[in-house]
Amino acid sequence: MGLLSILVWLPLAGALALLAWPRSNEGGMKLFALGVSLANFALSVVLFRQFVPTEAGMQLVENYPWIASIGASYHLGVDGISLFLILLTTLLSALAILSSWTSIHKKMKEYLISLLLLETGMLGVFVSLDLVLFYFFWEAMLVPMYLLIGIWGGERRLYAAVKFFLYTMAGSVLMLIAILVMYFTHQRETGKYTTDLLQLYGTHFSASTEMWLFAAFFVAFAIKVPLFPFHTWLPDAHVEAPTAGSVILAGVLLKMGTYGLLRFSLPLFPNATQTFTPLVIALSVIGIIYGAMVALVQPDIKKLVAYSSVSHLGFVVLGLFALNLQGVEGSILQMLNHGVSTGALFLLVGMIYERRHTRLIADFGGLWKVVPVFSVLFMVVMFSSIGLPLTNGFVGEFLILVGAFKDHPLATVLASTGVILGAVYMLWMYQRVVFGKLENPENQGLKDVNTREKWVLAPLIVLILWMGVYPKPFLARMEPSVQKLLTEVRSRQAVTALGLHAASPEVKR
Amino acid sequence: MDLKWIALVPLFPLLGSVINLFLGRRLSKGVVGTLACAAVLASFAVSVGAFFSLNAMAPEHRQVVVHLFDWIDAGSFHVPFAFLVDPLSVLMILVVTGVGFLIHVYSTSYMEHDEGYARYFTYLNLFTFSMLVLVLGSSFLTLFVGWEGVGLCSYLLIGFWYEKKSASDAGKKAFVVNRIGDFGFALGMMLIFWTFGSLNFTEVFSGASRFAAGEPVMTTICLLLFVGACGKSAQLPLYVWLPDAMEGPTPVSALIHAATMVTAGVYMVARCHVLYMLSPTAMGVVAVVGGVTALFAATIGLVQNDIKRVLAYSTVSQLGYMFLALGVGAFSAGIFHVMTHAFFKALLFLGSGSVIHALSGEQDIRKMGALKGPLGRTYFTFLFGTLALAGIFPFAGFFSKDEILWNVYNTNRVLWVVGVAGAFCTAFYMFRLVFLTFFGESRLTSEAKHHLHESPPRMLVPLFVLAILSVVGGWIGLPLMPGGNPLTHWLDPVFGPEAAVGGEGAGHGLEIGLMALSLGVALFGIMVAWLFYRKTPKLPVALGASMKGAYNMLLNKYYVDEIYGAAIVRPFFSLSGMLWTFFDVKVVDGVVNAVGRFVRGAGSAARGLQSGYVGGYALAMVLGLVVVISYYFIK
Repeated sequence: MGLLSILVWLPLAGALALLAWPRSNEGGMKLFALGVSLANFALSVVLFRQFVPTEAGMQLVENYPWIASIGASYHLGVDGISLFLILLTTLLSALAILSSWTSIHKKMKEYLISLLLLETGMLGVFVSLDLVLFYFFWEAMLVPMYLLIGIWGGERRLYAAVKFFLYTMAGSVLMLIAILVMYFTHQRETGKYTTDLLQLYGTHFSASTEMWLFAAFFVAFAIKVPLFPFHTWLPDAHVEAPTAGSVILAGVLLKMGTYGLLRFSLPLFPNATQTFTPLVIALSVIGIIYGAMVALVQPDIKKLVAYSSVSHLGFVVLGLFALNLQGVEGSILQMLNHGVSTGALFLLVGMIYERRHTRLIADFGGLWKVVPVFSVLFMVVMFSSIGLPLTNGFVGEFLILVGAFKDHPLATVLASTGVILGAVYMLWMYQRVVFGKLENPENQGLKDVNTREKWVLAPLIVLILWMGVYPKPFLARMEPSVQKLLTEVRSRQAVTALGLHAASPEVKR
Repeated sequence: MDLKWIALVPLFPLLGSVINLFLGRRLSKGVVGTLACAAVLASFAVSVGAFFSLNAMAPEHRQVVVHLFDWIDAGSFHVPFAFLVDPLSVLMILVVTGVGFLIHVYSTSYMEHDEGYARYFTYLNLFTFSMLVLVLGSSFLTLFVGWEGVGLCSYLLIGFWYEKKSASDAGKKAFVVNRIGDFGFALGMMLIFWTFGSLNFTEVFSGASRFAAGEPVMTTICLLLFVGACGKSAQLPLYVWLPDAMEGPTPVSALIHAATMVTAGVYMVARCHVLYMLSPTAMGVVAVVGGVTALFAATIGLVQNDIKRVLAYSTVSQLGYMFLALGVGAFSAGIFHVMTHAFFKALLFLGSGSVIHALSGEQDIRKMGALKGPLGRTYFTFLFGTLALAGIFPFAGFFSKDEILWNVYNTNRVLWVVGVAGAFCTAFYMFRLVFLTFFGESRLTSEAKHHLHESPPRMLVPLFVLAILSVVGGWIGLPLMPGGNPLTHWLDPVFGPEAAVGGEGAGHGLEIGLMALSLGVALFGIMVAWLFYRKTPKLPVALGASMKGAYNMLLNKYYVDEIYGAAIVRPFFSLSGMLWTFFDVKVVDGVVNAVGRFVRGAGSAARGLQSGYVGGYALAMVLGLVVVISYYFIK
């Protein structure tokens, strides 16, 4: 087994081991699960070290025939696009487990198993280069998330869980149909049955088929992102999910959508991408502004952060469809940034929720007085979310906007207002929670962050500053792969354009 | 000194800030304050060294880029983190660290009894760091780091007394309004990048020679950048945050909202003079906005009763003069005024701080009076600042303001009249302030009276130094000097010989005449103030009553905040609320839930298959899949 396989299956192995764990030994289970996730993070660091920064193609590839009868293969690989998403996943998974130390009061065993299964699913999605394998992980990941919300969630957890499940399933079904259509089209064209992504990249579709395929994939991914107007599952899911669930959901799961767009939609359907670009950009810009405006009026901190995600992910999609180096690299960076910053925000909200059992902004005020360290950390994270220069948020956001400005200046102007609005809703929330006089007596005895909580937040704070001050190690590793992908997309757009020219007289005849 | 050491200039305050952030609460106040002051003093020393090194070089070589590290690289987008050392940036860092140091020293005493002492100096050092990055940055994006950084520090320091709602409101307002400006600035940067293929000053400015004057893209770039300048330097229509910024501790007002941060916009436009010179339209806009703001804010200043607010509106007004100078192409005159204004406005704010300190927090000039005796030293220095601001010979403000007005006169007579009218208002409101605060009968509350005391040396010494600078600071820009004054001469490598715009050609006689005229106008303003507030104190009351409409208009600052609130803020919030409760909840979720109900209805037919426990079969599904894969995998 290669490194990628170990990385993917180690959490599952951990989960299986937990199955056999005596239920009474909760402390041991937690330590074990944390150990597994930390080991996996260490493995991903090894992966990072082995990764050759200058290479554009897939690395550490594992490719075995799998279900030979249908042409599916067990094909894994990593490139500059997925590398950091893998690191993000392993880091956030470990932090999610560490953050749940004292906040889960029932079914600890199942909880840890769900988190580990989730990690396997997410990593699988990022390394799969075969559509069947990808689809398997894509679906598999859904279940533990569903359980996390449905079992360990808040009061309306069932509604939220079912809504999450149905929304995502609706998208998945469309994607499955699209995969089948591609599968058979490719066979008709080449006589060979395969679900290997890299082979499918070259498939030629008729213009209308390509449109439909693009649309099907797009809806699946747009729901996941979530892009306006497919976003209403997100606030409910976030509000009801336990902290770790929210962290993973915002930090990694949403990136599945944007990752999918980049890995599948753009290179598989370059012409449809071109056709749909105006629509997609319009939706992202609406999402940016709409998400920010709705975030502004939320009474619940978690819901506010959820809607802010809609806004931030709008930026990511905008950057992807800018279809140039700045935009796409900015987008990938922003995926990571959002994972780090919003992950940290959810962790902070979770800490305060664990102490006060409320997340309503109105229940707080004047917290600086009692929890100064918490307040400072909260502020750092907030400014990273606002995109202050020298924090991670700025680099990603600015690159996206620079990229988008080239071909879509008007959309960029509108999107940039999101940067103003981001400051408005965040600062206003922060003011009402942290500043002012401490008037609610229940906040009087609040304890500041403890050592474990500091350890949960420290890596994220370090990343916030590192990626803001010196993003070079990140950008340098993305660039060759992004360049390759864009060249492919563009060349195929060009080829088809030529092909259409050549073909048109025939059509007339 | 090797100029690569320039990196130390921002580094010292950054270190000071970081140390105080982590250890401040454990260190004694003495250590915290000393550390913060020492950091800025060290930066000042390095800045002086940089000045001499630069001075030793041939004028045409006085432009050195010091590369620190690669910051953002994405394809052709390449922005290093680097500093540009040239006469302009060195002048700015001297002012920032010099005035900044004095204000740090003053603060060690002013903030002595505040429990957030370490937090205060953490912010103050962080601010100094940001401001230094702003003026040293060698590209638009590095400048922007400092640009947003000072915005952050401003937010933190205005809202320093966070338990006060008005303070945290003001901090938030400052940040948001600045962000509106930054929105324009950021778009400007994007357009610059796609126009010039770079964001580095040297490449952009040398690339600008390819463009003819008046090309629309230049105008667009310049106007977008100017939106940023309006936010940071508090010009119409984005000035509204600055008066509210007076919620912060007074030394903060002195440093940030008078001497340094607010001049960032002026600095930026001056830095980009190559671009602005290519767009007469943008220059016109800069001049008009500056001129109108200068007069507009001065008229509000006429009737304010809060000592700091009068000074705040005066700052807005003086910044207007600086833009007026830039707009008519008198870049070095604008920078000259940045410098003299830094001296005398810092002095005035610190002086007002000394008064407020002495009266245990009283800021209303209607409750002051007759402080000349008990606060003799403060009064003396405050008077120096006032004379400088009013533009009286031979104080610093006289020279810089006059150079501006002279250049404006040669370009546009209407704006000149506006500028002179503003000068009259300035002299009037400043002496109104002096008379009401230090002369007449004492209107102190008994508590304030009891508490009354002159400030300690650590506050007075900075006042003395600034008072001296408020006089001699102007002498490096003496007018009528053959071959230009020393300051213009120093800035020549940056702005080029300035004679083209006006200045030299028009004859010394006229220049002297205009000088005398504007001096006369200022003296007239002082006289009217004396008449109103010393000779016949009933006069202003009667005047206010007879012109109630105009008086209320000014007292309420033209109702601008109210108009913004009613026209923008409140509608925006209600629209946001509607989007949520109607569109999200009713429309989108309505559809989703309807689909859900439909599915459930269809599903009930197949109920036999459902165990009802979703978790159960979901888990079964995963396990089933795992088995299938493992089978194929092991096989």
